[in-house]
Amino acid sequence: MLEATSMLELRDVEVRFNLKRIGLFGAVPQLRAVDGVSLSVQQGETMAIVGESGSGKTTLALAIARLVPVASGEIQMGDIDLLGLTGESLRTHRQNMQFIFQDPYSSLNPRLRAQDIVREPLDRLAIGSVDSRNQRVQEMFEQVGLRQDQLRLFPHQFSGGQRQRIGIARAIASRPSLVICDEPVSALDVGVQAQILNLLRRLQKDLNLTYLFISHDLGVVQHMCDSIAVMYMGKIVEESDRESLFNNPLHPYTRALLSAVPSADPSRRNREQRITISGDPPNPIDLPPGCRFASRCPMVEERCKSVEPILTLREKSHQVACHLV
Amino acid sequence: MTENLEERGFGQKEMGFVQVEHPFKETVRMFATNYAAVAGFVVLVIVILVSFLGPFIYTTDPWEMVWSPFSPPGAKGFLLGTDYLGRDLVAQIIHGGRATIAVGCAAALLSVLIGITFGALSGFYRGWVEEVLMRITEFFQVLPTLLFSMVLVALFGASLAMITFAIGIVSWTGVARVTRAEFLKIRELEYVTASRSGGAKAPTLIFRVILPNALPPIVVQSALLVGFAILFEAGLSFLGLSDPDVMSWGAMMGNNRPFILQHAFTIMYPGLAIFITVLAISLVGDGLNDALNPKLRKR
Repeated sequence: MLEATSMLELRDVEVRFNLKRIGLFGAVPQLRAVDGVSLSVQQGETMAIVGESGSGKTTLALAIARLVPVASGEIQMGDIDLLGLTGESLRTHRQNMQFIFQDPYSSLNPRLRAQDIVREPLDRLAIGSVDSRNQRVQEMFEQVGLRQDQLRLFPHQFSGGQRQRIGIARAIASRPSLVICDEPVSALDVGVQAQILNLLRRLQKDLNLTYLFISHDLGVVQHMCDSIAVMYMGKIVEESDRESLFNNPLHPYTRALLSAVPSADPSRRNREQRITISGDPPNPIDLPPGCRFASRCPMVEERCKSVEPILTLREKSHQVACHLV
Repeated sequence: MTENLEERGFGQKEMGFVQVEHPFKETVRMFATNYAAVAGFVVLVIVILVSFLGPFIYTTDPWEMVWSPFSPPGAKGFLLGTDYLGRDLVAQIIHGGRATIAVGCAAALLSVLIGITFGALSGFYRGWVEEVLMRITEFFQVLPTLLFSMVLVALFGASLAMITFAIGIVSWTGVARVTRAEFLKIRELEYVTASRSGGAKAPTLIFRVILPNALPPIVVQSALLVGFAILFEAGLSFLGLSDPDVMSWGAMMGNNRPFILQHAFTIMYPGLAIFITVLAISLVGDGLNDALNPKLRKR
């Protein structure tokens, strides 16, 4: 195996949102959407972040792309300290990290033609000469499987899958090394999902991209990703390479997630017991002291409710935050 | 497999390719099917043509005494009669439209500019910028508008520019609120984040990304503002605060006001002109509202 180099390193990243002040002089309550996340993504690999709605995965993605302010922590991309970048240096660095959005309907400016949408990062970041940009846009269209006669159409004239292709073309137009995909296929129907996923994989190979892939669909993750981090209520509860996570999930939450993946094989369906988790996640503004999953965990013990488990290495490249494994 | 099919250009229809009308064309079509709006538009075009081309055709000087005062309509060939100085009312109406419409448009433009600036900045930046700007907006909202304009015009003189300013400065709050509301909505959309990710700076985001998408309700608001400004100018003039050197419909009403009971027609005709123009503008504004409002659109 080739020596993998880490291209993105997060250490204790925290994102907080201020909520509405209680009363006139009360304190401003804060919501910790991302609470002390550490991750490392290797060059050329695809790292998945999975978790349910509200677990903070999209916020984490936006934080890495410096699109929401990070409260504390460190983000290192290659040898650049991302959080140290401000103003113009941040703007120029944006060409190295691009974002693919979840909703292909709201992520394209309805007033711009497809070619101008793809051109936008090139224009804003002044990449290449004005003539070469048109050329580049045409190449991008070709690369994502759109036709040249669609260049001048408006977003509403495309289908969902085609719109997502435009979004992908825009993301790769500035030749980034890191592409953050925020649930890129969850708004598409299944047939189109497969096309887009295959396109993303082909582009990764052709352009040597590193993906940070946000998803809640474990089927998609298994198809796409090399390593996986499971998030729950703003924290990573388990992180591992794909094989190890799918064959030997350690955290009760991960097990429940995996058992919820529908299987086409009836024998498998019966053999494996569905682990159902009841109850609701805790209030994110007023978090319990112990493990955040304690209120829903089927294996909960007394210490889970008072002592917060720390992410520790259990097997080779398999980390988990749970007292019981 | 499926991907290959698409790359070979397989049927657009199977892939869900939908040809939808361009929003602008759709708006025009929706507007054209609204008969009241089209009627208003036609009337408005006629009013504008008469006001701006009329003076070159009907060359009677609106200031010149042509006959005895208060001649009833039709007398001696003066279709609408003469005013208290014996000046031709037809000439006055034709010549006065230009100033009335110009003041209306200029004042509306001024309030749109102020309103967009306030609304866009407060909606985009939020935080203390929004607090300060919206408090100022509220201050102008609670101001007694007519009184404030009268004070301005009375203090600084009744020139056309001052009247325009006085109208514009009291009528921009609606535009500011509409613009802010749209900005609050649009700034959260993913294509704005996408532009930011593509390296767009704040001015680009405000003017090139968000504002064009926020325009439809602002356009409607502005159209109605023109009508409001014309009415306001008439109101000021009626109270005697009109530019004495400029003929306008409002000024005609103001000049003949003392004789309203004896010779009502001298006030009725300019009043009718204002009524028709403002009605036409309102119809066009409502038509624009329906045509631009996506909720009413059939899908």
